[in-house]
Amino acid sequence: MKGLEELKKEIVEALPNLDLVIGWEQGYDALHATPAFIKTVEDVDRLILGPLCVHNLATYLPSLADKKVGIVVKGCDSRAVIELLQEKLINKDNITIFGLTCEGVVSKNKLRRKIGDLGQVESFTVDGDTLTVTTGGKENTVKLAEVRLDKCEACNYPNALVFDHFIGTPVDRADEGRKEALTLAEFEKLSLPERFAFWKQEMSRCIRCYACRNACSMCVCRDHCVAMTRNPHWLSQENNVGENWMFQMIHVMHLTGRCVECGECERACPMEIPLMLLRHQMNRGIKDVFDYEAGIDSQTKPPLLTFKVEEDNIPERDW
Amino acid sequence: MPVFDGKELRIVGFLCNWCSYGGADTAGVARFQQATDLRIIRVPCSGRIDPLFILKSFQGGADGVLVSGCHPRDCHYAEGNYYARRRLELLKRFLPVTGIDPDRFEYTWVSASEGPRWQHVVQTFTDRIHTLGPAPLLADPLTDEEMAGLQRQAEAGPGCACQQ
Repeated sequence: MKGLEELKKEIVEALPNLDLVIGWEQGYDALHATPAFIKTVEDVDRLILGPLCVHNLATYLPSLADKKVGIVVKGCDSRAVIELLQEKLINKDNITIFGLTCEGVVSKNKLRRKIGDLGQVESFTVDGDTLTVTTGGKENTVKLAEVRLDKCEACNYPNALVFDHFIGTPVDRADEGRKEALTLAEFEKLSLPERFAFWKQEMSRCIRCYACRNACSMCVCRDHCVAMTRNPHWLSQENNVGENWMFQMIHVMHLTGRCVECGECERACPMEIPLMLLRHQMNRGIKDVFDYEAGIDSQTKPPLLTFKVEEDNIPERDW
Repeated sequence: MPVFDGKELRIVGFLCNWCSYGGADTAGVARFQQATDLRIIRVPCSGRIDPLFILKSFQGGADGVLVSGCHPRDCHYAEGNYYARRRLELLKRFLPVTGIDPDRFEYTWVSASEGPRWQHVVQTFTDRIHTLGPAPLLADPLTDEEMAGLQRQAEAGPGCACQQ
């Protein structure tokens, strides 16, 4: 991600007409970025851009729907903005979008597996596609390509798809064709009983902290989430495999045809449960049956809100 | 239930009130022989069926789930089954990733006059589930030892150590 100076300039210009601008700033240590809420010109100096800017800031938009908000988005995040516009959960007149082009963001889990404990990071520098991480007095150099999030490996939309101000020059990847998530292809080598056993194991680790839900830009019910209501009583408060599994199923079903694969659920998960597998599979179905992808065009109708009398890709039931 | 242990599996059927439930009734009135594994839940329309009903059934230990509604163009509410068709098709394509065999779930259309067809659907689906056998369980049932432990706790009442 390049163009920090350009971004700052654009934000300073736009700020007088906005209540706030959401971007990223340095977090509590060298390795963490955190969302920045910019209200004054002085705040603009705190902005950072780079492979640590993992958060999908569009998650904040529905709760700020009545404010004039500026937002900085990567390609994947911009799809969430489009999906929210499509569902009329936010109003385009109230938001100003600063679009970025992105080469991928860092997965801290992959980084930790690569260089060990990340508790004491002294410095983190980026030089082109090389990252230098100093931890415990030891300097480690890794390529960004080795520690990118899984979603970045199969990224189809590196450039923001919707924007008022575009920062930098869009990268052209049209010639590479559409990519499908590698993790799903890998997972599919397992047989059905193995997959079932896999999820049983993963769901036994789930602590139902709801981080996946809270990070999700499409989970807009917030305090009215069906997972926590007693009426209907979809889930009990028990933390067991069945209930955890059911919670994840609810999340996937409520994202059908809406999930923009920003990967925030999986990134936010403290137990490293590969939740994106479920979403990829569902989105594959959406692509195959309706030739549709969520968050690409704010004018199209989501497939589950409409129907065709003769469906193109759903075979007739023969018994 | 113990009488049928091992012989019968648990199949949950969600049937729309206007067509398929009527079709099942027709089959019953005509005294067609049917497998008895199916437990029917009547819903107003196949459009009422949230895919979560089906997943919840699997969570609860169903070995198979059958959904049946009015034929396309025949919906009592004009378009409920069109929406249902989209949702159910997506669910069917989603199931493999969870490790639940997609053959354990089926949706179909049966009208109120189609008694023989209903018999055929039930028989075919039940046979299929019997071929697949019992579904894997998310929660392993309690062992005899654990059950005995619970019994002891219940009998001890408030005096039990687990209550202290």
